[in-house]
Amino acid sequence: MTTPQPRTLYQKIWDDHVIAARPDGACLLWIDRHLIHEVTTPQAFQGLREAGRKVHRPDLTLAVPDHNVPTRFRERGINDPRSAQQLELLETNCEAFGIELIHMNAPDQGIVHVIGPEQGFTLPGVTLVCGDSHTSTHGAFGALAFGIGTSEIEHVFATQTLLSRPSRTMQVHVTGKPGFSITPKDVALAIVSAVGAGGANGHVVEYTGEVIERMSMEGRMTVCNMSIEFGGRAGLIAPDETTFAYLKSRPRAPKGTHWEQAMAFWSGLRTDLDAAYDKIVEVDASAIAPLVTWGTSPDQSAPVTAHVPDPQILPDKARREAACRALDYMDLKPGQPLQEIEIDYVFIGSCTNSRIEDLRAAATVLKAGGISERIQQAIVVPGSGAVKRQAEAEGLDKVFLDAGFEWREPGCSMCLAMNEDKVPVGLRCASTSNRNFEGRQGPGARTHLMSPAMAAAAARRGRLTDVREIVKS
Amino acid sequence: MEPVTQVYGTAIPFCRDNVDTDFILPGEYLKWVTREGLGAFAFKADRYLPSGEASPDSLFNQVEFAGAPILLAGDNFGCGSSREHAAWALSDLGIRVVIAESFGDIFRNNAVKNGILPIALRRGALELIGQVAASKPLLIDLENQSITGDNRVLARFQIDAFDKFCLLNGLDEIGYTESLMPDIAAYETNLAARKPWLQPSKSEA
Repeated sequence: MTTPQPRTLYQKIWDDHVIAARPDGACLLWIDRHLIHEVTTPQAFQGLREAGRKVHRPDLTLAVPDHNVPTRFRERGINDPRSAQQLELLETNCEAFGIELIHMNAPDQGIVHVIGPEQGFTLPGVTLVCGDSHTSTHGAFGALAFGIGTSEIEHVFATQTLLSRPSRTMQVHVTGKPGFSITPKDVALAIVSAVGAGGANGHVVEYTGEVIERMSMEGRMTVCNMSIEFGGRAGLIAPDETTFAYLKSRPRAPKGTHWEQAMAFWSGLRTDLDAAYDKIVEVDASAIAPLVTWGTSPDQSAPVTAHVPDPQILPDKARREAACRALDYMDLKPGQPLQEIEIDYVFIGSCTNSRIEDLRAAATVLKAGGISERIQQAIVVPGSGAVKRQAEAEGLDKVFLDAGFEWREPGCSMCLAMNEDKVPVGLRCASTSNRNFEGRQGPGARTHLMSPAMAAAAARRGRLTDVREIVKS
Repeated sequence: MEPVTQVYGTAIPFCRDNVDTDFILPGEYLKWVTREGLGAFAFKADRYLPSGEASPDSLFNQVEFAGAPILLAGDNFGCGSSREHAAWALSDLGIRVVIAESFGDIFRNNAVKNGILPIALRRGALELIGQVAASKPLLIDLENQSITGDNRVLARFQIDAFDKFCLLNGLDEIGYTESLMPDIAAYETNLAARKPWLQPSKSEA
């Protein structure tokens, strides 16, 4: 008998889900979990109807509306008829095809990537897909989770499988002791910047190292969430005691004997000692300062204490041109101190940073004082009904309201501005979301990405601010 | 899906890096519930002025590129959001081939599923193609994996064998997978025995 080839965690999960492999390398992959929302599914359901197909395993699918939902005055319904139509279609389609739906007004509603883990629907070692690029979030649990398009959603509906091919592997190893007030978001932005916006294209990323091991599940979700911002097909973290403690007793997690069986399986979910990755990136967390983005790609970030970079010092023409265009869109000048950039809007929320720890971190900064008079609107959008209730039980809603923030209902909100929550043209937003793309938060809106604590600090002073000046160690 | 074999025509040189799918199709059009009609809004921020008029500077509005079936792009084209609406919009605009230094993985998959051929090439090869395409049409041949222009082969490209098979045959992937249903059923039976804990069931803790 030959010794089995050492494998990475990714390769183990992949192999465990291959139903059939074609000679050309494409594999038919079993999908354990399918999360759906209202935006990327209408055409997939329509495709099923036109072909007379059913959903093969509706019991493995969970639906929740999040992208279009209003974050206030829900009792008044939805103003935009197109948004209302998408929500209505999600309801009627789920009803027709036998899929469980968490209704917009249900207590557990929330952002799909917040409620999946919260419900224990997301589990280690599973394949999990969703028509949303931030599906990488669920990799924090050691699930192979990735975003898919609508044609692939239809394929999963009809067969509970995907035709796919293995990705290459990348290890991102994070060591060192992060300094005071350095959060998982800062670690994520540092990784995105180090690898570059497309640096992990074609790769599944596994995060390792003491910094990752010490992170809470919330922190790990923030890091895995941002995997797509440097091109990662998925992000993965090997499950450990932190993972199991989070999942135990979640509504949809295994119970009793099933929990014991699951634990026995999950404990083998780690990369073998001698397994090789195709690429390795090392990140020293002790060197990370609180980061903010200055451009229109998530890899364009700098320490808040630094200046807007000069595009002319960049090594190649394409990057110089990209940086010039970004500064033009952002209305910034090379050499301008980042802390002099004034802010109009503040958004605390999104599948990156809307969980309880994020809200606690922001509230800590706001306890000592309210927001600047400059700020036109500051909103907190909790990731789910459960997060919202927990925050209210801790009195965080009071802290936010007293400081001058609005306390909203859960949804994707100002991260992508599909509902009413938009940043007006030309205005500048301190945002805890994941993308600073042109027009992402509204046509002509200017986005600076940062951690929840840093967004709260920006709200306090009305400009980009080093949170360490407000909250002392 | 229409098979893709050969594509002949002009190429639009929109060679920026990191063109994200929000830029290809802004979020407001994700409210569409059909696949058709999105081409009018593709690259909206580039093609239209804030007033709504067509931008005279946009490459997409130049008469020589009207109906061009080929898009020349930069590095990491189609990064970001998974929205297949971006591929639908390009398809509706008449784009059959995108040539870039690299692609966002989800966009690449979406492109293939909509009969758009994604070709990844090194920057040097892209620049050569750009020079020729400035005055001559290109011929993309998927079977031979070649790009021809000005009576010479400008580049040969690699493509995943299964993607090539799907594009050449206009494969109905769901129909294909349904032919493997016995394998799927066997896997499911085995899975239920192997991982009984995997069946989702909701219970209050």
